Amino acid sequence: MSNSIRDASAIWRKVAGVSQIRKYRHYDFPLVLAALSLSLLGGLLIWSSTRITAGESGDPIFFLKRHLLNLLLGLILCLIASQVSHRLVQAYAPAVYVLSLVGLVAVLLVGTVVNGAKSWIAVAGFTVQPAEFVKVSIIVISATLLAEKRDAENQPLHLIVVAALAVAAIPVVLILLQPDLGTVLMILATLFAILAVSGVSRYWLIGLVAAAGTAVGIILAAGVLAQYQIDRFTAFLNPNSDPLGVSYNVRQAEIAIGSGGLFGNGLFQGSQTAGQFVPEQRTDFIFSVAGEELGFIGSAIILLLMLFITWRLLRIAARAEDLFGRLVAVGMAAWIAIQGFQNIGMNLELLPVTGVPLPFVSYGGSSMMALWLGIGIILNLDSTKRSY
Amino acid sequence: MLRLQVFKWFTTALLVTLLARLFFIQVLTGEDFAALADNNRIREASTQAVRGLIVDQAGRALVANRTSLVVTIDREVLRKLPDQGEDVLSRLATQLKMTVQDIRDRITPCGATGSAPPPICWNGSPIQPIPVARDVDSKLALRIMENSLRFPGVNAEVAAERVYPAPFGANAAHLLGYIGPISADELAAAEPNSGYKRTSVVGRAGLEKQYDLALRGTDGKKQFTVDRAGNVVGQIGESASTPGNYLVTSIDANLQAVVETELQNAINRARSNNFKADSGAVVVLDVRNGQVLAMASYPEYDPEIWLDGLTNSEYKSLISEANGVPLLYRPTQGLYAPASTFKVVMTAAAEKAGMPLKGNYNCSPDVTISSRIFRNYESRSYGPISLSRALEVSCNTVFYRIANDLWDRSGKDQIKTGRDPIDQMARSFGLGQITGIDLPSEYAGRIGGRAWKRENWERNQEVWCKRAKTGYPETAKRDPVWAETLRQYAVENCADGYLFRAGDAVNIAIGQGDTVVTPLQVAVSYAAIANGGTVFQPQIAKAIIDTKGNVVQAMTPKIVGKINTSKNVLDYIRTALTGTAISGTTAWVFNGFPLEQIPIASKTGTGQVFNKQSTSWLATFAPADKPRYAVVMMVSQGGTGSGTGGPSVRRIYEAIFGVQGSTINPANAIFPTGRPNRELPAIDPSGSPIELNQPAVRASR
Repeated sequence: MSNSIRDASAIWRKVAGVSQIRKYRHYDFPLVLAALSLSLLGGLLIWSSTRITAGESGDPIFFLKRHLLNLLLGLILCLIASQVSHRLVQAYAPAVYVLSLVGLVAVLLVGTVVNGAKSWIAVAGFTVQPAEFVKVSIIVISATLLAEKRDAENQPLHLIVVAALAVAAIPVVLILLQPDLGTVLMILATLFAILAVSGVSRYWLIGLVAAAGTAVGIILAAGVLAQYQIDRFTAFLNPNSDPLGVSYNVRQAEIAIGSGGLFGNGLFQGSQTAGQFVPEQRTDFIFSVAGEELGFIGSAIILLLMLFITWRLLRIAARAEDLFGRLVAVGMAAWIAIQGFQNIGMNLELLPVTGVPLPFVSYGGSSMMALWLGIGIILNLDSTKRSY
Repeated sequence: MLRLQVFKWFTTALLVTLLARLFFIQVLTGEDFAALADNNRIREASTQAVRGLIVDQAGRALVANRTSLVVTIDREVLRKLPDQGEDVLSRLATQLKMTVQDIRDRITPCGATGSAPPPICWNGSPIQPIPVARDVDSKLALRIMENSLRFPGVNAEVAAERVYPAPFGANAAHLLGYIGPISADELAAAEPNSGYKRTSVVGRAGLEKQYDLALRGTDGKKQFTVDRAGNVVGQIGESASTPGNYLVTSIDANLQAVVETELQNAINRARSNNFKADSGAVVVLDVRNGQVLAMASYPEYDPEIWLDGLTNSEYKSLISEANGVPLLYRPTQGLYAPASTFKVVMTAAAEKAGMPLKGNYNCSPDVTISSRIFRNYESRSYGPISLSRALEVSCNTVFYRIANDLWDRSGKDQIKTGRDPIDQMARSFGLGQITGIDLPSEYAGRIGGRAWKRENWERNQEVWCKRAKTGYPETAKRDPVWAETLRQYAVENCADGYLFRAGDAVNIAIGQGDTVVTPLQVAVSYAAIANGGTVFQPQIAKAIIDTKGNVVQAMTPKIVGKINTSKNVLDYIRTALTGTAISGTTAWVFNGFPLEQIPIASKTGTGQVFNKQSTSWLATFAPADKPRYAVVMMVSQGGTGSGTGGPSVRRIYEAIFGVQGSTINPANAIFPTGRPNRELPAIDPSGSPIELNQPAVRASR
């Protein structure tokens, strides 16, 4: 399997005429190919789910084009990131971080409210979701911090751990104010994975889990959550509580996916998709299009691609020469795997609804660009090591 | 590195969990979801098929279709309004010039608390918009539509509805019946593949009900896919509706109109002679095949009353005793003592028992049987006369003696061992049982012979024996003498009410007592006498044809039996009845009628009804020498048979044969060829029946 992929990537490199650039030879092309496949598959699914409504306003492929544009921008970011040294990445990370924080503040001030959360900000005709870029910068910054100063037992200094947590805490608070619980959970889970792999003492890990548990308890008790978040949770616990209200999303997604059966109804043939029965389908519920139109086979391929990307990233982490590279790779793996799990889990009525996109597949420029930026950083780290 | 491994397998486990869940949803339970998905997106709309026409024998439409602007109310919308739609209803009532209560009656489902009785309350599907006013002025409909904010849930739409062209002014409301939304009971009783749905409109009475399956056609179906908001996004399938077939009846609209007019005239005549004449019936049959050529009931009503559902007051008037219960169809649902028209049965029964047709029978003014005196009408006396003369002059005492004789010979008062020659003979004439006509809800009536006497006793002996002891205290308060008479009856009936007494037999002899029949039964029996003894099942439908004129089903004459006597006897009776118009009870009626060319056989009857005025009967057929038509007229509380019905029946024959004064002009005859059309009307390409061109047919002969 991996041989043939390697061969394929060799051919690709030849065809693309990129073999001239020495460094590219060492890129993890199977990873890129998998991520690219997901992105393109996402394009098809978005096209299918939007062609009718977009067609009514004159351009059935409007969202497809936007998705491909996002992908193109993502690939450019990826290419750039793959060309700069990780020193430079580490240097830029705080800048991206600060810029994202500014974005988050701006979102709170002038952002657009979608589905109860103020997460988007309009920039030059595009809506940007700064929280997605926060994810990348937190991964890089915390990896930088945790890879630096070590104590005698080769564990990060407590101060460093606290610093990493503090770096995450600021955007987390800002994002909670939107409020976008899903993104917060993703950030925390990613940070936790990075901390775990960085070798922090198990007491830190236990303590963090305990703290998170307590926090959840307090949040629930104190009523910090917005009503729509509580509703989503209630709907998850009892899907039939309000079939036309909150649980409608989940129920409709489940119906669409279930009706796909083993082989699906065929691309563009999904009646639930065509009928717009699943709300937010091109973003959070894009997986339901795959479920209905591509069936179990197609949906399983998406899952396996997610798994493949995760393994690939963890493989890079395992063989990384320095801790920084390993932690960034783990952070990316955690981001993609956990967010993917969360997204598909809610499509399959396995998890409560939190508005997180399916990595690479969902429509959304910020997520797409941030992900490809992360992939670019990984490619650079990995190839740098191997090219020396 | 351990933590990296842990993390790797942790994320792998998460994704495998998803895979398992996915497999469960899509592969293991996928079919359930597929059904849910169809449920989500497929909506069916049915297109009601155009209902078939009902035409008369010449192809004239008796029931046709037209479009009308109908105002409907969607209860679901009203229900959701803060005031349950009170405001809307009162605004609408003002616009439609109805009362709010009228509208509310219409839209209240039958069976709900406070609902009006069935034909008024809404019997259809509760989710269907309910029509409350039809034939609405288009300006008014427009006004309602334009002010949809002021009239939420109210809609004006074009709907197909029945129209009654009433050729020649023929009404025939009962016969034609009416249509209405299917009731829950009817739906439950319907065959699974009959195509009836909750929204179906079906025939509820008359021919509309009897031939509903033929007339209704097949509804079309459109399957739409809809989106989340219920917007139609596509159409999956469509089956066009097939229009209903046409029902060709043997009714002649022209004759029907004449018959209705003459029934009204007879009623008026009776009333001018101080009779109540509360109801009446006329039946005209083709004696050679049992086809119904005309059939009228009095009182009649306007069939259009059903079109937009009934109001409470309309319904009350239809069932009001004071109005003569217009809803009851007298020819098939009115039960009356046959009176002297029954004497033909007695004649056949006498001959069967061996009494000579040529013998002499004493028509004395009275006769004493079982120490009771039975008198002739007005105590007339004709001395010893033939049976035939006894029929002509309708001598009761002759038939009293015959009945008593038959009673004596067939086992006297014993109902278990005795035979009942009169009952048997009456049944072979088709009396006292349903005729099987192609109309719903026909009444059977009964012959008050031995069999009925037993049944009745078994049914009532408990009550009688109880009343024999307790008496009738509730009646005694008003009328102690009458209460005592009743008690005496109860005592007698309790003791030996099972006995078929000579008095019972004597009552039957002149068609009185417990014997009751429908006017249609009398017509069927006289048609059988006319045609040589064949009892036909009367039929209104001649054929079912499709909208292109192809015959789907042609009805054939149905023979239900033969009169249990010889041709000889029937000829004898026919001759006797022919004499009635010449020198008998109807001689004055047919004075001046060209009886030479068109001899008319007739029998009068004047039925005594306890506490009521007498029932007027006139049973006839013609031409008596080669019979074709049987005409029977009955007027309840109408006086004598000839006096009330006579002139009207004469005029019906004049119309049938084209008689003016004493001359016959076939050009004016309803059936110029001397018989109803055998051929079926053709249908032009637009689906309209082409009226049979009768003058042309006549010219070719």
